Amino acid sequence: MTEELFIQGNEACAEGALRAGCRFFGGYPITPSTEVAEYLARNLPKHGGSFVQMEDEIAAAGSIIGGSWGGSKSMTATSGPGFSLMQENIGYAFITETPIVIVDVQRGSPSTGQPTMAAQGDMMQARWGSHGDYEPIALSPSSVQEYFDFTIRAFNLSEKFRTPVFIMADEIIGHMREKIVIPDKIDITPRVMPDKENFLPFKNSDEVNPMPSFGQGYDIHVTGLTHDERGYPDANNPKTHDILVRRLTNKILDNKDEIISVEKSHCDDADIVLVTYGAPFRSAITAVKDAREEGLKVGYLKINTPWPFPEEEIKEIAKTAEDIIVVEMNLGQMYWEVERVACSQSNTHLIGKIGGELPHPNEILSKIEEIGGK
Amino acid sequence: MSDEKSPFLKYLREDRLPHIFCSGCGIGTIMNGFIQGMEDAEMDFDNIAMVSGIGCSSRIPGYMKCDSLHTTHGRAISFATGLKTSNSDLDVVVFTGDGDAAAIGGNHLIHAARRNINLTVICINNNIYGMTGGQISPTSPHKSYGSTAPYGVDEYPFKLAELVTAAGASYAARWTTLKVDDMVRSIRDALKNPGFSFVEIVSQCPTYYGRKNKLKTPVDMASYFKNNTIFTSELPSYTEKELEGKIVVGEFVNKQKGEFVDNIKNLSKSHYGKDPLIYSAYSEDFD
Repeated sequence: MTEELFIQGNEACAEGALRAGCRFFGGYPITPSTEVAEYLARNLPKHGGSFVQMEDEIAAAGSIIGGSWGGSKSMTATSGPGFSLMQENIGYAFITETPIVIVDVQRGSPSTGQPTMAAQGDMMQARWGSHGDYEPIALSPSSVQEYFDFTIRAFNLSEKFRTPVFIMADEIIGHMREKIVIPDKIDITPRVMPDKENFLPFKNSDEVNPMPSFGQGYDIHVTGLTHDERGYPDANNPKTHDILVRRLTNKILDNKDEIISVEKSHCDDADIVLVTYGAPFRSAITAVKDAREEGLKVGYLKINTPWPFPEEEIKEIAKTAEDIIVVEMNLGQMYWEVERVACSQSNTHLIGKIGGELPHPNEILSKIEEIGGK
Repeated sequence: MSDEKSPFLKYLREDRLPHIFCSGCGIGTIMNGFIQGMEDAEMDFDNIAMVSGIGCSSRIPGYMKCDSLHTTHGRAISFATGLKTSNSDLDVVVFTGDGDAAAIGGNHLIHAARRNINLTVICINNNIYGMTGGQISPTSPHKSYGSTAPYGVDEYPFKLAELVTAAGASYAARWTTLKVDDMVRSIRDALKNPGFSFVEIVSQCPTYYGRKNKLKTPVDMASYFKNNTIFTSELPSYTEKELEGKIVVGEFVNKQKGEFVDNIKNLSKSHYGKDPLIYSAYSEDFD
């Protein structure tokens, strides 16, 4: 039996986490993400899980990495200032291949900025926020249903690829209420216990290594230092470092096709394509509809997974579209990725809206009309 | 030198030896003391998980043949909090130093003490940053020297065992590396205490602290410890002025109080009849 709920975005995220098997949450209150923590503080005890309010976001990130090695799927939720504080431990999770899910409900920034207003200013922080080379996975929901669905997918991807996954939501999706449908069967990617025979926890393999937990008799050493296949530090060896970091980035890049998700409409004959993700998509679909009514050939490409960046999908659009308009709530972050990929074939434009409100469909339509020669 | 191998070698990852510690360092004594305390407490070594941050003392878990999590600088206790909460069956031990625990990680230290979470924290206090080459730490004595205090420290040191006691720990003690029997007894008691336990061990770093403070050899440092140690029982006969620069050793707190993870598990049990889940990440079905 499917189930229907009328629910707030942040609560849908928390409910998705519960359904995906999240049984540990370590968090710190921050607007506009706090409802995720509050919902899980109420509901984790019902499912034998644990909720801890940590002393700051650095501790929150540390606690979920510890929680994950303890054998529980683990998550935290925050907003820009907290996401900034988590960055060092996020790098630790990448190099130690620890599955965790981090929800960033983006708000106006930089600094304390606009706690109660929406933005998409953390997109590059999700990509490059921690020091060093790594390939993040990030999902951006445009509706409460997607916030629920993407949270489940985030857990499954983090387990499958043993890597942190970010849900890059925003204040609008976090605080809006919509109906969601919960399917009767939810696919869950369980962790797999490794074979103890000849076990190498960080084996140099094309396959993602299965993950043991502490207390299962593997006597595993986990370190943020550059380590060899046994997990032992080998930080002064250039070859060990090269092999490790390339393996970690390639396990994402080699599986891009499986991870990347976009949604396209009206693109086949489009002269102009809107590229959006997250809340601004809601305005973009109206703008496309209005433009089509005016006879303008406009389509959209919605990015569900900003990271890894859907290069091939954007290249495909650039083959036919004369103009690409990126609509996002910052002064140009994903825009530069689109420009990098599409610039030799299409003209790229940015509608970069800051201040906390969604770009109005009419703002987008005006830009379409300007470019389309109306 | 005897050819006989140490009976404690079975607890070590022999394939990681030799270790990186300097000759004369107190860490060897403390590792020995820890293992003895663990045997005395009759702990199941297979059930011990070690967590550490960054610094010389944080390298200890890497040499121990158990599950070990060598984390980011200062954050070991936050990782340990998640690990213990996620799997309450584990006996979680944190190895840390004065810089790791009291400077960058000070917030996590006091909050873990406040929660009285069942962790055993062994803090090796050598009054200096050893791994980075002799910079002052939050426990460097007033007017001592370090590479970042070439004119002497004008700040005042934290008293860690007292700080943690005030923050709510149920067990806290301080010893020096000379007080081996006391240290072993405290480690035993700390491991057995079902709450937040903190054992501070004042240790010698002849390489950096000694060299910068006219105590160049391990023997110089040992003599300094010996001549400046005062027991908690003797405190009433000293004035505050007389206590400056002294190392006060003994137990600061040893009491029973509600434990953090137990309380979380009891919540599930009493409200919803749910037993705590262990290793649920391996499950495909969730209710």
